[in-house]
Amino acid sequence: MQHKHLLGLKNYPAEDIQTIIDTAFTFREVLERPIKKVPSLQGKTIVNLFFENSTRTRISFELAQKRLSADTVNFSASSSSLQKGETFKDTAQNIEAMKIDAVVMRHPTPGAPLHLTQHIDAVVINAGDGTHEHPTQAILDMTSLHERFGNLKGLKIGIIGDISHSRVALSNIFGLKTMGAEVTLCGPATLMPPFAEDLGVKVNYNVDEVIEWAEAINVLRIQRERMGGGLLPSVREYRNLFGITTERLALHKKEIVIMHPGPMNRGVEIDSSVADSDQAIILDQVLNGVASRMAILYLLLGGKQEEGNN
Amino acid sequence: MNISKLSKHVVLKGGTIIDPAAGTEKKGDILIENGKIKFVGKVEAPKSAQVVDCKGLVVTHGFCDLHVHFREPGREDKETLESGSMAALAGGFTRVCVMPNTDPPLDSPESIRYTVDRSEECLVHIHPIGAITKGQNGEELTEMGAMLSEGAVAFSDDGLPVTDSGMMRNALEYATMFDIPVINHAEDLCLKKNGVMHEGKISTHLGLSASPDITESNMVHRDLELTELTGARLHVPHVSSAKSVDHIRKMKKTSNRVTAEVTPHHLFFTDEDLVSFDTNLKVAPPIRTKADQKALIKAVKDGTFDCIATDHAPHTIEEKEGTFDLAPFGMIGLESCFGAVNQVMVKENKMDRVKLIQMLTVKPRRIMGFDHDLFSKGAEAELTILNPEESWIFRKSHIQSRSSNSPYVAHSLTGKIKYTIIKGHITALS
Ligand SMILES: [Zn+2]
Repeated sequence: MQHKHLLGLKNYPAEDIQTIIDTAFTFREVLERPIKKVPSLQGKTIVNLFFENSTRTRISFELAQKRLSADTVNFSASSSSLQKGETFKDTAQNIEAMKIDAVVMRHPTPGAPLHLTQHIDAVVINAGDGTHEHPTQAILDMTSLHERFGNLKGLKIGIIGDISHSRVALSNIFGLKTMGAEVTLCGPATLMPPFAEDLGVKVNYNVDEVIEWAEAINVLRIQRERMGGGLLPSVREYRNLFGITTERLALHKKEIVIMHPGPMNRGVEIDSSVADSDQAIILDQVLNGVASRMAILYLLLGGKQEEGNN
Repeated sequence: MNISKLSKHVVLKGGTIIDPAAGTEKKGDILIENGKIKFVGKVEAPKSAQVVDCKGLVVTHGFCDLHVHFREPGREDKETLESGSMAALAGGFTRVCVMPNTDPPLDSPESIRYTVDRSEECLVHIHPIGAITKGQNGEELTEMGAMLSEGAVAFSDDGLPVTDSGMMRNALEYATMFDIPVINHAEDLCLKKNGVMHEGKISTHLGLSASPDITESNMVHRDLELTELTGARLHVPHVSSAKSVDHIRKMKKTSNRVTAEVTPHHLFFTDEDLVSFDTNLKVAPPIRTKADQKALIKAVKDGTFDCIATDHAPHTIEEKEGTFDLAPFGMIGLESCFGAVNQVMVKENKMDRVKLIQMLTVKPRRIMGFDHDLFSKGAEAELTILNPEESWIFRKSHIQSRSSNSPYVAHSLTGKIKYTIIKGHITALS
């Protein structure tokens, strides 16, 4: 691996992304066994540092760490203590003093993981920094696509929803572009970053055209807070224009793969029946999430390969 | 930095004298007697005189900065009038105008008097700018007349814009009675929202909330139109965007009521530098694109800008080492100013150095109505001696401010202040 940390997928080498995906497949195999634990990271200590609630991401990381036999400590900072500003540095220094091997961090502010690397020696893995990046999510998404299509090169991916507030979108764009996929963004203009095309993607406000074009779509969560304010008029309007509904998919002859990073707002950005259909690989994403995070931890922490598993 | 009293006689020997008031540059000596200019030309040093060897150096007017934040009263942990004066001396500044966004703000004759009195003890000249509105709340005009009598030199709610156009009109109209400049921090807060940087390609890549250039230029345009309507004097501070420059350039063709300043950091940095997430680069208005930077440089050269002003804005380490969203806006800028602007404008963009020095001396003084013929006989010795060629790395140790929020640290600069002479003292810089 060329980088010590995993802070984001912008400028992350394609070979390393491929190595992570390949390793994830190996661990995916481990996860299918009756005994799902390997000793790869025995003796390593990892802190899950969550300055923002995210049950799903934290559980996925925790499970990955347990499967690799690492020792895990969880730290959740309440948002009120966060406001004090010093908390971040104090926490970082405490971690450094405790001789931790790696920190998995979720933080509401872009750049916070980079900031953390300036205070500590441990390996830092970004588990989401505000509206910036969420590289492990993008890697698990790519692992799932790779599993389904056998390759990422030339693959046509639509990303639908609130792009400008989405770290999932940004990391997916960086990763998918690096791996040679084509990306089209689709969502309300008020939720589209102003210079989206500069990311090397296309923007199309017509979701039907995007469905017609794509081989897979990644449906992002629309937060209810965005409704009824200055950005979006209503759920009804959103569903009419962008909702991935059974009726809408029925209009298209081909069957595309449906992804969602979770947690879903069933009935808002995606219909329940779509989410539960065979087209959806949402639960594969969850399992690949554990496998991908195992791969990332294993590769960045230089764990020893389990016997008979190479 | 070493500060000592001037001897009875001081000779500045063998330097290149740049007189920004006359626009001339020639070799010569200067004799100072009892802290006042006695003679400029060829000087035979009196026996007891203190001789400052100025060979290879430029001797010119002390710099004047129309835009600093010294945080006194209220945030003396960030800066005081005294510590700010030290930062000024280190940057070759002998005269500064302090913005009124202190705690409480300088919004009354009493607070102006307090600042003037406190400044007497300081080693540079400090002029308070009074608030436009009481409590800087944008609602009620301050007692401008009384504040001027106590020593205010201009009015501004800096840090905050006067958002209400009707209020801004009233302020400008009222100020016409006194013929002093009104300075409005131009940012449309409705458009700015929670933006922490310039909205562009870089902000899209970084995922940081951002605001577009028209956040500034719309309000600059409004202020220019109001100036035309009222006949008031408007000074546009820290212009950051190409669009604002266009508006100002256009208005200046028909009006002599408008002046404008640019900061060193908007000339030196671009939004691409923010990929480091360095909170010291979080300023308001934000650092913009390469294209904006180019437009600002052009506007310095063609005279659209009247002066350089630092917007020296100290903040504590604790505040700045927090995360990007929580860090306050602002950077310090006095100590690094000349090295930065001289490098960008003279070294890289071939600007005439006399013209640049005018933007740090005579031109800002004219805007505020300060004496600007500083080489005339009997004038207080208010001088800066610098090496325009010296290339140096800006270090934390060069900072004299009580705060150290400078993104210039570890950057190479060109042009270094050697001595600052003011109020009967000479400051030697290493
Ligand atoms: Zn300002």
